[in-house]
Amino acid sequence: MAFVRWLRRNLVVIAGLCTLAYLLLPNIVVTVFSFNKPKGRFNYSWQEFSLDAWKDPCGVADMCGSLSLSLQIATWATIGATVLGTMIAFALVRYRFRARGAVNSLIFLPMAMPEVVMAASLLTLFLNMGAQLGFWTVLIAHIMFCLSFVVTAVKARVMSMDPRLEQAAQDLYAGPVQTFLRVTLPIAAPGIAAGALLAFALSFDDFIITNFNAGSTVTFPMFVWGSAQRGTPVQINVIGTAMFLVAVLLVLAGMLIGKRRNKQPK
Amino acid sequence: MTTTLTEAPPAKDPEDPAPAPRKPRKRGRLVPYWLLLPGLLWLVVFFALPLVYQASTSVQTGSLEEGFKVTWHFATYWDALTDYWPQFLRSVLYAGAATVLCLLLGYPLAYLIAFRAGRWRGIILVLVIAPFFTSFLIRTLAWKTILADGGPVVGALNSLHVLDVTSWLGVTAGDRVLATPLAVICGLTYNFLPFMILPLYTSLERIDGRLHEAAGDLYAKPSTTFRKVTLPLSMPGVVSGTLLTFIPAAGDYVNADLLGSTDTRMVGNVIQTQFLRVLDYPTAAALSFILMAAILFMVTFYIRKSGTEDLV
Repeated sequence: MAFVRWLRRNLVVIAGLCTLAYLLLPNIVVTVFSFNKPKGRFNYSWQEFSLDAWKDPCGVADMCGSLSLSLQIATWATIGATVLGTMIAFALVRYRFRARGAVNSLIFLPMAMPEVVMAASLLTLFLNMGAQLGFWTVLIAHIMFCLSFVVTAVKARVMSMDPRLEQAAQDLYAGPVQTFLRVTLPIAAPGIAAGALLAFALSFDDFIITNFNAGSTVTFPMFVWGSAQRGTPVQINVIGTAMFLVAVLLVLAGMLIGKRRNKQPK
Repeated sequence: MTTTLTEAPPAKDPEDPAPAPRKPRKRGRLVPYWLLLPGLLWLVVFFALPLVYQASTSVQTGSLEEGFKVTWHFATYWDALTDYWPQFLRSVLYAGAATVLCLLLGYPLAYLIAFRAGRWRGIILVLVIAPFFTSFLIRTLAWKTILADGGPVVGALNSLHVLDVTSWLGVTAGDRVLATPLAVICGLTYNFLPFMILPLYTSLERIDGRLHEAAGDLYAKPSTTFRKVTLPLSMPGVVSGTLLTFIPAAGDYVNADLLGSTDTRMVGNVIQTQFLRVLDYPTAAALSFILMAAILFMVTFYIRKSGTEDLV
């Protein structure tokens, strides 16, 4: 009886942990299979333990090239989307102007549209313009779909900001530039960082929009997609595992820094 | 359509939104427009304009060799619908099933993080977010290993007679899961689950814990408290989570391609094939327009029904 009562009280916890397990199961499988030594071209069944792939992560033709291309695109897309998005977010929160509603809708729509629709329509634009598909078209597309997410993240932060802090700075004879650099920007920084991080992750991982607009350029997700047809090298699992570890460490570090900041007296 | 889906605070503007400019000059009034100009230009040229181009493509006829011309050939839409309605139907059904599963699976986890996790909260949140940063394609491929024929998962489902039930429901075939609708729905659920959990968590986290105590003081059973207090207050999260899951799931073609078979093709697969392999641009554009219109229609209807219009 006691067990049933315990079970009932902790039902939510058990169900939640099951979901967490469901979420992490593929990551565990990816990690385990990064130590596999597959017999055929596909790395879908366990054969024997081996460190080969970890010793030689770039041993597959073209894989590390696609990885570095994805990193470059993600970096530039993050910079572009963060700058443009932060400007829009400040304009939307700080100023009253006509067509504010229309602007908000235009920001919202890309997030509410299936990726395949955006991808296909962008391709029709590029085809009509006769643009050469490749690095630049992918970068343009990535900045486009990351923009809305950055605006959302920055807007949330700027909205919760006390405008009196800036007024106080100005009362203390800080010029507009000084106020912005010393007061506004530091307060908005976590929102901007969150937006940038999101943009990087979205761009780095994007497959659908890239697949339509990349031409013969191969980003890392496209390499993985191709390998699903041709045969998956173990190195893909190594990269997947490494990315997961880096992400966990990055997010943990971010949280620790955030916690320490919050502990300081306001 | 003012605020967006996931952000935490409701559209509550500070009393004085613009910091009083010291010298109101004419130049200052143009500032918001200069701030908006580059970003909006980008969205207009690379998001709005392409949709116009696509609309025009969908009413063109011709071939790749001779070139396409606008002939106002609306029959493309009719042909696309009659040819591909099973794929449309499948997209809605699979995405709907995945959304319901995401809600059922995601709610306990969001609740756990918001109210029961204590000092584990940060860690669990990291574990929910971290998969975002690892390639979703690699993780989706991992499901091929997990659901492999004769693997432990399929074996367990078989011995528990779950597969008998799902075969009867028509979502699996015989004693395999891969290449069946169940595998695709499983992949969709998995891939979009974080999009359900995070909005649920933000809306649950905002609930004042004292409300639960008050409900308990008034002799409400835990289940009553949940039904009358927690669930209604988390509705904004439920609505935005549902949208964030359903919309991308309906347009997805990766899961259907990697985990499904030719019998599980969704409308995204058709658009992709028509655009990139068959090169039948008018049909592909028409399909993509129908998908967009259908989703906008369903989303508007859903938001009306769920009564949280101020949310979007």
